Amino acid sequence: MSAEAQASVERPPVVKKGWTRARTIGVVLLTIWAALGLAVLGFMINAWDPDIFTRYAPRYLSGLWITVQLVVVSVFLGALLSVPIALGRSSKNKLIGALAYAYVYFFRGTPLLAQTFLVYYGLGSFRPELQAVGLWTFFREAWYCAVFAFTLNTAAYQAEILRGAIESVGKGQWEAAAAMGLSRFQTARKIILPQALIVALRPYGNEIILMIKGSAIVAIITVYDLMGETRRAYARTFDFQTYIWAAIIYLGLVEILRNAVDWIERRITKHLKR
Amino acid sequence: MERVWTLLSFGPEGWGDDIAKGVLLTVSLALATLPLGLAIGFFVALGKRSSDKTLRLAANIYTTIFRGLPELLTLFLVFYGAQIGLQQIVRLVNPGASVEINAFVAGMIALGAVFSSYASEVFLAAFRAIPEGQYEGGHAIGLSNAQTMRLIILPQLIRLALPGLSNLWLILLKDTALVSVIGLADILRQTGIAARVTKEAFLFFGIACLLYLVLAMLSSIVLRTIENWTKRHGVQR
Repeated sequence: MSAEAQASVERPPVVKKGWTRARTIGVVLLTIWAALGLAVLGFMINAWDPDIFTRYAPRYLSGLWITVQLVVVSVFLGALLSVPIALGRSSKNKLIGALAYAYVYFFRGTPLLAQTFLVYYGLGSFRPELQAVGLWTFFREAWYCAVFAFTLNTAAYQAEILRGAIESVGKGQWEAAAAMGLSRFQTARKIILPQALIVALRPYGNEIILMIKGSAIVAIITVYDLMGETRRAYARTFDFQTYIWAAIIYLGLVEILRNAVDWIERRITKHLKR
Repeated sequence: MERVWTLLSFGPEGWGDDIAKGVLLTVSLALATLPLGLAIGFFVALGKRSSDKTLRLAANIYTTIFRGLPELLTLFLVFYGAQIGLQQIVRLVNPGASVEINAFVAGMIALGAVFSSYASEVFLAAFRAIPEGQYEGGHAIGLSNAQTMRLIILPQLIRLALPGLSNLWLILLKDTALVSVIGLADILRQTGIAARVTKEAFLFFGIACLLYLVLAMLSSIVLRTIENWTKRHGVQR
């Protein structure tokens, strides 16, 4: 190659910086978000009514408390129930495996709303039988029905999380623990679970968020959780800001939880970072 | 037992035809939402992986909002909020006019917003799995940005995103049950009416659950077929 040919080679074009098309779109979209935010804010200020606020703020708080109770209770009970289901899923016994699979498939394949209806309205069909065994007082209450349905539902999801997390721990860990003379229970508690829980943390966090969001449907079966209080307030005032307050509270709740999970994950995976 | 079959028959005595209409509505709502959600989700994902900070922020706000709100609340916000908003706009032009939002469209928008915010995360993960060399290769053989995207990136992206999108489709199918609350005659509403009239709540809500299960199973079969079709050339990865 001659010297002239080399000299005539064009340099690559300078990378364009500054005002790109992406930035134009970004600025336009951000402006739209800002306008929407301002519109909502303006609407809230415009619709601000101290009477409504003093009347409904305590109700919103009690609704929020119901939501939190519902989620905490059903996630906790679901976690207990998920252990036997997860064990059943990885059982060598075909029948137990199939039963656990059917349970998980049913609760993951149908809408939570339909399951809640099935429990709340559906079990009413068996009122005489339930009365005979003394369970009717339990299934008569919408709140207990909601807890029952949510527990069964979240147990199915949590069982899959648990199973996936335990299977993610290598087989060598079990073998090494057995070689050291640890019992299976000791191995599970001291070696497998600590590693599995790191994997399971994020899915568990997502499951709790899904439960918080899913719990809004109990408003339909007349439980006055945050959503229920919101619907009641809207039905009485026809004031749309009732829904916006609910949106702000739910968003805040979910964001706090999401950041908490991020924080915990950062803390417990410190030893894995390089 | 005979009574059950009468109740489920497709005649004037039975509820079979009403429930079938509900199934049709559920399926058509989900199918109508899918392209909307996919398209928005794809563009939001593009925004999230942009090199520009403002665009990333705008896209992230979208996902934060629609992933953080309960689906039911999103539905109400769209259904009542759009009604009020449009009413006010229309009143500027024609005072006294009243606007009614179609529940189907409201359901489509609300479910589409939720679907797209999750889909954008799936697309983003798929984008990250495609090496930078693919873009460079496309440019090296003289393709424009749009051509690279269409001919080189998209075919790989679909393959990578399909498992995640399949999951989202199953979630969408379940979320359609919420539109029964704003009065759309879907599976759950039709079975609910049947349950109230006949006082056979367990039977009809059980049927509703079974129908959702059947839809999920059918979807899994179709999705598996699509997945196999995208892998037909035997990609090595």
